[in-house]
Amino acid sequence: MTGELGQLALCFALALALVMTAAGLAGTRPDAAAARRVATSSAMGMLVFVGLAFAVLTYAFIVSDFSVVAVADHSHTLKPLVYKISGVWGNHEGSMLLWVLVLSLYAALVAALQRGGERLTSGALGVQGLLAAAFLLFILFTSNPFFRLDPAPFEGAGLNPLLQDPGLAMHPPMLYVGYVGLSASFSYAAAALLVGEAGWARAARPFMLIAWIALTCGIALGSWWAYYVLGWGGFWGWDPVENASLMPWLIATALLHSALATEKSGAFRTWSLLLAIAGFSMSLIGTFLVRSGVLSSVHAFASDPTRGFFIMVLIALAIGGALALFAWRAPTLQGGAAFDPASRETALLLNNVFLVAACACVFVGTLYPLVLDALNGTKISVGPPYYALTFAPIFFALLLLVPFGPRLGWRRSDLKAAWRSLYPALGLAAVAALAVLAIVSPRGLAATGAFAVAGWLIGASLLDIRKRKGARASAFAAALAHAGLGVTLMGVAGTTAWRSEALTVLAPGQTMTVGPYTLRFDGVTREQGPNYIADRAHIALMDGARVSTMLLPEHRFYPAEGQDMNDTAIHTTGLRDLYLALGDDRGGGRFALRAYVSPLAPLIWLGGLVMALGGFLSLWGRLRAPAAEPKAAAQALAAE
Amino acid sequence: MNARKKRRLAFAAALLTAGVAVAGVVVYGLGQNTMYFRSPTDVAAKQVGEGTAFRLGGLVEKGSVQHGAGAEVRFRVTDGKSTVNADFNGVLPALFREGQGVVATGAMDGRGTFIASEVLAKHDEKYMPPEVVEALKRSGRWKEGAE
Repeated sequence: MTGELGQLALCFALALALVMTAAGLAGTRPDAAAARRVATSSAMGMLVFVGLAFAVLTYAFIVSDFSVVAVADHSHTLKPLVYKISGVWGNHEGSMLLWVLVLSLYAALVAALQRGGERLTSGALGVQGLLAAAFLLFILFTSNPFFRLDPAPFEGAGLNPLLQDPGLAMHPPMLYVGYVGLSASFSYAAAALLVGEAGWARAARPFMLIAWIALTCGIALGSWWAYYVLGWGGFWGWDPVENASLMPWLIATALLHSALATEKSGAFRTWSLLLAIAGFSMSLIGTFLVRSGVLSSVHAFASDPTRGFFIMVLIALAIGGALALFAWRAPTLQGGAAFDPASRETALLLNNVFLVAACACVFVGTLYPLVLDALNGTKISVGPPYYALTFAPIFFALLLLVPFGPRLGWRRSDLKAAWRSLYPALGLAAVAALAVLAIVSPRGLAATGAFAVAGWLIGASLLDIRKRKGARASAFAAALAHAGLGVTLMGVAGTTAWRSEALTVLAPGQTMTVGPYTLRFDGVTREQGPNYIADRAHIALMDGARVSTMLLPEHRFYPAEGQDMNDTAIHTTGLRDLYLALGDDRGGGRFALRAYVSPLAPLIWLGGLVMALGGFLSLWGRLRAPAAEPKAAAQALAAE
Repeated sequence: MNARKKRRLAFAAALLTAGVAVAGVVVYGLGQNTMYFRSPTDVAAKQVGEGTAFRLGGLVEKGSVQHGAGAEVRFRVTDGKSTVNADFNGVLPALFREGQGVVATGAMDGRGTFIASEVLAKHDEKYMPPEVVEALKRSGRWKEGAE
């Protein structure tokens, strides 16, 4: 019965999405107040019904209702409750439902906040409704999560153990809030093109911020998961799946900066619209790459070609439609405002040039193998050295320029004064570089440079925070986000340059050393987990003759799924990680053990957190501020 | 207005130069850093150059895994038609099994042995690396739905 309820709820949601599309688009006419009210209430209604469908599916997972195919294929009665729930989105059907749920949430939020003019909001709702309708059709026709299985199996097939992890339980919802959050700025941009209204950048800003924060956290979570689950000690592998989340982040970051200029000084009007379209396009392409099975990975749920085809058509229509709208309407918008080469606009322009170029490099590196395979069947892969050669220098150059932006005024400014005010940051950069050269070996150009840049970024942010005490939240927020970049950079540079690694086969009682640590292997015990059996290694971290900590890396076997997984043990001081992964059984109680010492690794994720915090602060300031255009900016625009 | 146009032109020129530079680096980077996927049959037929990095994919031949005294391990990768010896010094992934799919990154040494620097195994029971499927199909050993 419950499954049918979910199915029915989805059908109602689809009907409401279609109503919302029609009413929302009709509401862009000045005299259509009634249509605007219908669009608003159907947005709320759609959220209720999609929410209901999602709740029904979650319930089916919790009570292990194996008459539902999605549950039977991806759940198991012995799974802990939290993984029964995360199993809802640990499969293709459920993850698409989550996608639509988030889309409906944003639609309802757009309707509730009513930011921007009423015609603009109505248009945005119309576009959002169109997207929701398309994805609901996709779910109902190709990926129905409520399909029944008759007879129902006695037990489910279980969930991929790699996905049974607290970090990964949260990672997809977080990334979806980010991916789909870009749909709101996409809808606002399309509406702005339709009604020709300025002010969309200000109206859509909170949604851009939410999306950016969620993407930042989602990427950080994914990278953390890869670090402690995959057992190779790395945090980023330039895997196409990782790239698929990085590309929307790069465009969202560019959009945040460009839309700021559009809002405050009227510059880059059409460019910001294009970025808003590009941002969501990257989300769609990311979803396609990750979910369609084009890429082979733990993320690829769907290998059914109709689904891939459907998503591809959907993407083509969304991107093509938006670009056609852009080509048709953008020329009718007013041109951008003029600005001096020494101005914040120039800084933001450079920011955008670098970010888009960096994104282009990732895009080419990710898609080139797919295109080549499609053309002549040649299988290749593009590895990290490609990104070190292309992405890294571009991003490095961008970081060098970051501190100038906040110190330059709009339209016309004094570059020399900005430069002079940055002397203390330059000092900190020099100190950081010298400290690295003096203290750490081996000395390396890349690490020294990275620390100098990190010092430069953090120094400038500290200056910003100190100078602007009592200033607006937005300046403080920008300083935090930029400082977070510096922190992450230190983490990346530290682990990349100074990581040490040891790999040995140990018999019980034997010791090994890695970096400054001495480890004693105390043997392996067999442990019984809730739904797995583990070989647990007991490794003593020695402090002289004394045992200071016990580390327990595991090798788990999940009988329900018939799969193996490693559970690493990480001992962190906050500035340095000792990382242990248990290898294979070599007989006679001997086991292979891999150990890494990763200096500064925790800073990678700490920096991400600081960046997200900056985003939150900016969002908080935005939601407290009135949604209407402030007087000063409106006058400045009128003066053109 | 004229000054503004000039400035725009300068901007456009700078952007174009930057774009061309980035495109150049990207093309160069792709040329230098792509790795080809080879099946054991490819290795046997094409005589992959010594020292050239590539990815080798196939099945771990049953009964071929031999551990050394330390972390070193030796196994054979097969696509049913040809077989390649592989040496690896490291911890094998948890899902590494005889008779199952594997993709390894590395290069051939002078004596026809593949020296692996990284070994990846399939993620789960249902999943087979598509490259391996392709290799098995080409050697005629792939049965639809038999995985």
